[in-house]
Amino acid sequence: MDTFVQEVLEAYQRDKTRLMDILIDIQAQFGYIPPAVVGQIAEALQVSRVDVEQTLSFYHFFSTTPRGEYAIYLNNSVVANMMGRAKIAKTFEDELGCKFGEVTPDGKVGLFETACIGMSDQEPAALINGVVFPNLTPFRVREIVRDIKAGKSPEEMLTASYGDGQNSSPLIKAVVQNHIYKKGPVLSDDYQPGEALKKIVQMTPEAVIEEVKASNLRGRGGAGFPTGLKWEFCRKFPSKQRYIFCNADEGEPGTFKDRVILTERAQLLLEGMAIAGYAVGATQGILYVRYEYKYLQKHLEEMIRIGHEKGYLGQNIGGKEGFDFDVRIQFGAGAYVCGEESALIESAEGKRGEPRDRPPFPVEKGYLDQPTVVNNVETLCSVVKIILNGGSWYRSFGTEASTGTKVLSVSGDCRYPGIYEVEWGFSVNDILDMVGADVEDVQAVQVGGPSGACIGPDEFDRILCYADLATGGSMIIFNHRRDLLREVILNFTNFFIEESCGSCVPCRMLSVIMRDKLLKILNGHGVYQDLIDLEEWGKIMKANRCGLGQTAPRPILTSLKNFRHLYEERLQDKDFDSGFDLEAAIKDACEATQRTPHLHKPERQETAYENELVGAIGDLL
Amino acid sequence: MSVVKFIIDGVECIAEKGEYLLQAARQNGIYIPSLCHLEGYKPRGSCRICNVKVNGRLMTACTTPVADGMDIENDTPELRDIRTAILEILFVEGNHFCPACERSGNCELQAQIYRHQIMAPRFPFQFPDRDVDASHPNILKDYNRCILCKRCIRAIKDENGKSFFAFKKRSHKVEISMDPTMKENLTEELAQRAMEVCPVGALLRKEKGYDTPIGKRKYDKQPIGSEIETAK
Amino acid sequence: MSKPVVATTSLAGCFGCHMSILDIDERILDLIELVEFDKSPINDIKTFSRECDIGLIEGGCCNSENVEVLRDFRKHCKTLILVGECAIMGGLPALRNNIPIKECLEEAYLNSPSVTENEERIIPNDDELPIILNKVYPCQEIVKIDYYLPGCPPRADLIWETLVALIEGRKPKLDYELIKYD
Repeated sequence: MDTFVQEVLEAYQRDKTRLMDILIDIQAQFGYIPPAVVGQIAEALQVSRVDVEQTLSFYHFFSTTPRGEYAIYLNNSVVANMMGRAKIAKTFEDELGCKFGEVTPDGKVGLFETACIGMSDQEPAALINGVVFPNLTPFRVREIVRDIKAGKSPEEMLTASYGDGQNSSPLIKAVVQNHIYKKGPVLSDDYQPGEALKKIVQMTPEAVIEEVKASNLRGRGGAGFPTGLKWEFCRKFPSKQRYIFCNADEGEPGTFKDRVILTERAQLLLEGMAIAGYAVGATQGILYVRYEYKYLQKHLEEMIRIGHEKGYLGQNIGGKEGFDFDVRIQFGAGAYVCGEESALIESAEGKRGEPRDRPPFPVEKGYLDQPTVVNNVETLCSVVKIILNGGSWYRSFGTEASTGTKVLSVSGDCRYPGIYEVEWGFSVNDILDMVGADVEDVQAVQVGGPSGACIGPDEFDRILCYADLATGGSMIIFNHRRDLLREVILNFTNFFIEESCGSCVPCRMLSVIMRDKLLKILNGHGVYQDLIDLEEWGKIMKANRCGLGQTAPRPILTSLKNFRHLYEERLQDKDFDSGFDLEAAIKDACEATQRTPHLHKPERQETAYENELVGAIGDLL
Repeated sequence: MSVVKFIIDGVECIAEKGEYLLQAARQNGIYIPSLCHLEGYKPRGSCRICNVKVNGRLMTACTTPVADGMDIENDTPELRDIRTAILEILFVEGNHFCPACERSGNCELQAQIYRHQIMAPRFPFQFPDRDVDASHPNILKDYNRCILCKRCIRAIKDENGKSFFAFKKRSHKVEISMDPTMKENLTEELAQRAMEVCPVGALLRKEKGYDTPIGKRKYDKQPIGSEIETAK
Repeated sequence: MSKPVVATTSLAGCFGCHMSILDIDERILDLIELVEFDKSPINDIKTFSRECDIGLIEGGCCNSENVEVLRDFRKHCKTLILVGECAIMGGLPALRNNIPIKECLEEAYLNSPSVTENEERIIPNDDELPIILNKVYPCQEIVKIDYYLPGCPPRADLIWETLVALIEGRKPKLDYELIKYD
């Protein structure tokens, strides 16, 4: 054990900023991070043990106790539930004889829940030692458990053909499907790697930035900050070293478009990163990929290797003296909040994924305190096409204020869940029509994932654009048979609770208190005041530092606004109900003392007793 | 250093450029309530009670450098409500039994609650299951009272800059852990310092406490922040 | 005009808050002029004899009887005021809130060093006894509460000012020193 750990530590030069990589390698080797190893790491990195633990304990996929030879992570997202997760979970538990959160007594299999793994178009899905098992059925689960008992490796357990496109490449070998139903500039097959790089070396970095600014491209992760402006800020901030980050940590439940882009258009993405590097004057790029997509690691490494081989990455790119750019991959380890750009940077520095205070902004002081640009996968891909065809060409797509296209991840109740690259300006109705949803039967659409908005049919004419429905691309469709509050809103709220970094007070705790209030209503104890409380308390959440904390109440708030009747029909016709249940509250004591609860002592008896007493005293007198 | 002008609640103020808003306001005799802030250490903006509106946007005063022409709202009903709510959340999140706490009367959470005239929290008490760690010879950690302000994390380090305290886990399950291997390095001086930087009674020197009689404690007579406001 | 009627009770409390009510010193004479007392340990009236204007509650709810009394107060009092930390947040009795009830009872009746005369190892379970709740509940988590007076105990001046203001139908004037949590 010691020598392996030493090798890992040496491989990362005992550099504490590479703690994530160190922990990932050790977790992969042993299935957990043994306590003795924590001490060894702390010593090698010359930090306290608690400093290693603070990172280690932050991420969902790290553990200090064994997670089993086969660590099964079953997605518990809304879409997974809609597609029959409950039966899958039960079959796993029955077949394995162990519950979720546990490891079988022989240490062979661990069964765990995990948040959306980016497979919403092929749910229910699980990760087993990093291998994706989509489209699970109880039958398939029994097969898997049989194979586990027979000692097969997860790769050997795959029974279906590998998926379409690069999914079947020898470096991926995944049974995952791309489900690309509509292509545009980003997903277009019409792409020759290196063409845009040839073009930019003839341009000044400032001209590249101007071209991107002219395109009016805005960040595709959801926040929508103008890309050219971000680059310009970074370039202008004085520094010797700058960094380009690609944010491929897509964790918003219901999105999976970056998975498809990483699978099919990795070259395009790397070229986009190199262009960004050229434009802002950065020589190092970091592709931060969520742990759930670790199955793409070899493929992505190969794409980087090819980039070097063909001269798209490395030294003197495109023959231009001094245009150096290299990319390394940084994997996460299960933390939605790392999708926030400053948390992503913290994580890449080996720390807890806690968002930073701003100012300073990453473009001034980012990775290792140097100016850093963090761009979404799709943004960087779009850049390549903008360089090739010009900013004004790009502006011909979309609307005037929201130019270009958006890659949507569509899932839920529709015939063709998958990837659709559409121009900005599509209405929700257009999209429902496009994806084969039974429009009459659609109860609600969650636009932009849990941090977006839950809207009903009266708003389906709203359009996707930064001024109306801005979105990172997640669209989840719910038909009328879905219990919107219990199945959707509660799940989303729990998701935000689990994914809070725990730093800001309202995000850490008020989200829990609001969830409990929602549960009170769902359990039939709601009164009208509870709705007012939820609305008022939701406002306090604005005080949080980052987007996660600020949007955490949105599932409740947007459903309260748009589906108020679902709340109201559950309310009681009285002014006050604390939800206190006396029978439940005395249960433990009754059991401990073997008493039968008799709560409602008849009042008559009491009075009779007192009268008796008065009588007795009277007699004495 | 250049001097900048800015406005807080209509009052014109001046400060050195780059000064954090919280201090800049205090230099001008305006108190912005704070809890996680610790003079002399890098601010962290985690308690969020120093939220003010800068040109209409919510920002934490402890982390925001003051700039020329900033228009700042501090004492408004909206901000008072946010602060009050956050204090109430902190109060129900832990197990704050003031009558039995060594820090009562000198506690900053309690002092803020007094300042904001909170009679009772609007939120239900969580009664979390939390531990007391009395294993160390010099210091006692009562996690029931911790408000996760990170002051001890930031302020208490050994001569090599190694931490004694750190966050552990995330979400509402987050906690402060004390390094077991660093125990012998936690000198009496550091323990004393840890107790002083802790705004509540979560870190205490052993065998010390209740040494100031009721009526003479720091916040018995005057609200926290009043020394800044009266200095004006 | 008839005088406002006040009722008081101590649930899971130590009667310290009632002591603080008495701590208004000679103003107790004024109080008697201002109000009448119904059910209260102060006058030893055990049951409500009429509808009351103000109910003062000391202590949280640690057993089924506390809950019944509290609900009874809500039923009979127009305005309900929580007096003291225990009523508002459980107080010291709530220190047991994270210990399983079985452990609490065993500690109290079987295992603690002060247990000397329980050779049959009986945990009291007579039907006449109230049943212990799984935790001590703050009163506002059971019935609707109108006002809160924090403190352990609340300062006598706080209680006095609140009562008088309420009777006079004005907002109480709460000086800084009146609001204390200890």
